[in-house]
Amino acid sequence: MIFQPAIIALLLAAGISLFMLLAAAPFAVRVIRHWDVASGSERQLQLERLTYLFSTLVAFVCLVQILAALLFVFNADKMSVMFVGAMCAVGALNVNAFGFPALYAQLALFFLATLWLAINHVDSRARDYPLVRLKYGLLLAAIPLFALSLYLQLQYFLGLKADVITSCCGSMFSEQASTLASEVSALPPKPALIGFYGGLCAAIGISIWHWLRPRDGSGYLTGIGALAGFGAALAGILAFVSLYIYEHPHHHCPFCILKPDYAYQGYWLYIPLFTGAAAGMSAGVLRLFSRRPTLAPIINITSRALAGVAAVGFGLFLAVATLMIWRSNLILLD
Amino acid sequence: MPMKTWIEKQRHLIDFTLASLARRKAKNLGLLFIYTLLVFVLASVALYAHALRTEAQKVLASSPEIVLQRLVAGRHDLIPPGYLEQIGQNVRLRGVQKMEGRLWGYYYDSVVKANYTFMAPRDMQIPRGEIIVGPALERSRGLAAGNGISFRSYSGELHTFIVAEVLPQTSELVSADLVLMHEEDFRAFFKYPEGHWTDIAMSVANPQEVRNVAIKLLSTLPDSRPILRDEVLRTYASIFDWREGLMLALLSAAILAFGIFAWEKAAGLSAEERREIGILKAIGWETGDVIKMKFWEGLLVSLLAFLLGYVAAYLHVFHLDAMIFEPVLKGWAVLYPRFTLPPHIDGLQIATLFFFTVFPYTAAVLVPIWRAATTDPDTVMRS
Amino acid sequence: MIELTGIRKAFNQGRHNEYWALSGIDLAIPDQRVTALRGPSGSGKTTLLTILGCLARPTEGRVRLKDEDISGLPERFLTEIRRRTFGFIFQQFNLIRGLSALENIILPAYPTGQPRQALLEKAEALLAGVDLGQRRDAQVEWLSGGEQQRVAICRALINDPEILIADEPTANLDTKLSKEFLGILEKLADQGRTIVLTSHDPLVVDSAVVDFVVTLRDGRIVDAK
Repeated sequence: MIFQPAIIALLLAAGISLFMLLAAAPFAVRVIRHWDVASGSERQLQLERLTYLFSTLVAFVCLVQILAALLFVFNADKMSVMFVGAMCAVGALNVNAFGFPALYAQLALFFLATLWLAINHVDSRARDYPLVRLKYGLLLAAIPLFALSLYLQLQYFLGLKADVITSCCGSMFSEQASTLASEVSALPPKPALIGFYGGLCAAIGISIWHWLRPRDGSGYLTGIGALAGFGAALAGILAFVSLYIYEHPHHHCPFCILKPDYAYQGYWLYIPLFTGAAAGMSAGVLRLFSRRPTLAPIINITSRALAGVAAVGFGLFLAVATLMIWRSNLILLD
Repeated sequence: MPMKTWIEKQRHLIDFTLASLARRKAKNLGLLFIYTLLVFVLASVALYAHALRTEAQKVLASSPEIVLQRLVAGRHDLIPPGYLEQIGQNVRLRGVQKMEGRLWGYYYDSVVKANYTFMAPRDMQIPRGEIIVGPALERSRGLAAGNGISFRSYSGELHTFIVAEVLPQTSELVSADLVLMHEEDFRAFFKYPEGHWTDIAMSVANPQEVRNVAIKLLSTLPDSRPILRDEVLRTYASIFDWREGLMLALLSAAILAFGIFAWEKAAGLSAEERREIGILKAIGWETGDVIKMKFWEGLLVSLLAFLLGYVAAYLHVFHLDAMIFEPVLKGWAVLYPRFTLPPHIDGLQIATLFFFTVFPYTAAVLVPIWRAATTDPDTVMRS
Repeated sequence: MIELTGIRKAFNQGRHNEYWALSGIDLAIPDQRVTALRGPSGSGKTTLLTILGCLARPTEGRVRLKDEDISGLPERFLTEIRRRTFGFIFQQFNLIRGLSALENIILPAYPTGQPRQALLEKAEALLAGVDLGQRRDAQVEWLSGGEQQRVAICRALINDPEILIADEPTANLDTKLSKEFLGILEKLADQGRTIVLTSHDPLVVDSAVVDFVVTLRDGRIVDAK
């Protein structure tokens, strides 16, 4: 194990988050079992008070997960000097088999937490709190995922040995390797470009459509579109956006763009992208509950607003990426 | 709720919070002080360790990729004549751009009781009888360009040199104690046998090749010891990290204590505060409003403590030379009596510090805040 | 119009010290009238007042406010309704020390997010209405008991409520100040506000301002006229 402040901080964050959720679990069970909004009994009043604690707690854990995801990538990048062959985060994450799974778990927690907050938002605006049981059920269901994330991080950090020779972005995202990432990287620029702009424009278009006419159909499509747009965006970054940023025809790394050497340009891409994707997916999921009479008007307003956020997020991402391509000195297409 | 209303509402809540903080100065100043102290200690450790790391990296950046030493009976020995040529002939080393013998050694100056590094640089033309000295000598011996200085060599002879130049202070960690001189002067001073070298420096252009070169060298010259720059860098980095981590682990007790302290402060609401929250609830504030108000309070206190603590740590490390933690963190580097660290702030560090301070604080006050905020609105009428 | 049917309220429910403060109340509070609740201490009048004013939810029974059933509403929504509809005057004036009269008055409007300037102007007008314009910036702990109560009345009016709830409003006032309070009460009633108060002060209960008197004993209504 490498004993390092950022690692301790990450483990601390994952540990305390899990601990808080575990401590809250018995209360979540009580809410699920005894919730009765019509009752004025003291138990019900106490449960209602507890719901405030939960929303605050989950909002806090969600914020921590977002920051932890950033810190995780940031730290992996910084640690890369310690491993032979590692030049950026990819190398550091490749030191053992738990690096990338830990990152994926972290990202999954991010999306899950934002989704929970969206559901919580609409539910607490409906006078009868119709989704209360579902919300606390989800919370209980998420606990194993939090535990998994902590486990993966522990395994990853405990397994870090400075003398491991790792492979870095050069080999992982090169056109010769045979991973999904490398296959995406190997896409010829033209189809990749079409997929990228097509996917993202579709996501933006559907979101705007839902913003104009918030119905169930367009809502579900917004969710699917956000997922597809997110995929297209990541594929695009791997296949060609990164090339333009590095001005190097074979450097496909999605992490190096976060480094100070490239003026942290990656953050301008990833922050709008993740915001847009989380908002779009949440909008789609929220539409599942639009049939409930007390929720319908609230969901209309919320899913519409979320679709708006998604359109702006994806739009911003597309604009920034296009600007980067346009300003680059690299020429891939004639 | 429209955006404008929302912003206006948050402004009201902040207003109220500020007034409420001001009303309980003694209690809040106590918290602020402890909080700031914690940030200060942690930030000092982080800034200092980081500055040492960067300094070490800077130092090594200009050194060769591989330094080859020769071992005799497992101990460092001189490179005999012909060794260098032998490498060139017998070992085909692809990727090695330049290879040259180096001459350097240590000299103990009994006048000021300090060690100097004497060196005969190959890439610099220094006339015989002249030397270039580092800033440490400038200070300790009061030297300036044009002065003369005598050193008594290990053989007992006195050698006199004229100082041609004093090295600039940019990176003192290496250059401080340096004395540069002509090769002939160096050999004469130390009675260094002709044709012998201290070690061999190699520059390798492609970083991927460094390891292969080292492996090849070891297999053909079993009495050699290649030292890779990257290895040294890694060792430095992990040693500084390890020290920093150890400090943090020791300080985790302090963080825990701080968490408990924050919990106590937040849970131990005075009767007056309890009454105020009761009134607010009765006259139309909602639990969520009170939580938001308390959130702003925590945020303001945290930001203030973070800012104060970080600025104090910055001053402490970069302007007062980290006088409080120097003995713990610098370790073996005590050799160098004085060096100023280049100021450096980085995002990862601030994010990490945030996790060690604001995060435990928030986690600790969450439940007490909720407890206070869920005071029943009818409490004021029932008592 | 507030309508209560079958209201019961328990404290410490399910524990050995459980007790029912209200056991079966049916009551209608008429609009634009002054209703007084009276009864010995422990009769449940304050508990009834908290339920009428949406400060607490009944354990059983239904509450209708302006023909809307609000019995099962969670606190978040109940508070919203309360803020819009009710103004409160408490026995201990319950002002926040360290804040000026003006700042105390605008506190109930903070969650509504109206611009501060507009709120301050409104509060100043209210203070002038009770002859306290000159004390607007004084911290409330420097004010006399009578002045404090007038500030509390202004605070109750800042959100322009239709219904005023007053709990033992004259308990901390001498006779002269109590009479002054009744004067203010009369003015408020004339503005067309519904007023519900608890009191065992004969000066209040028997005064001409009060239209209806409801008497409670042991959590039940024993007399209403």
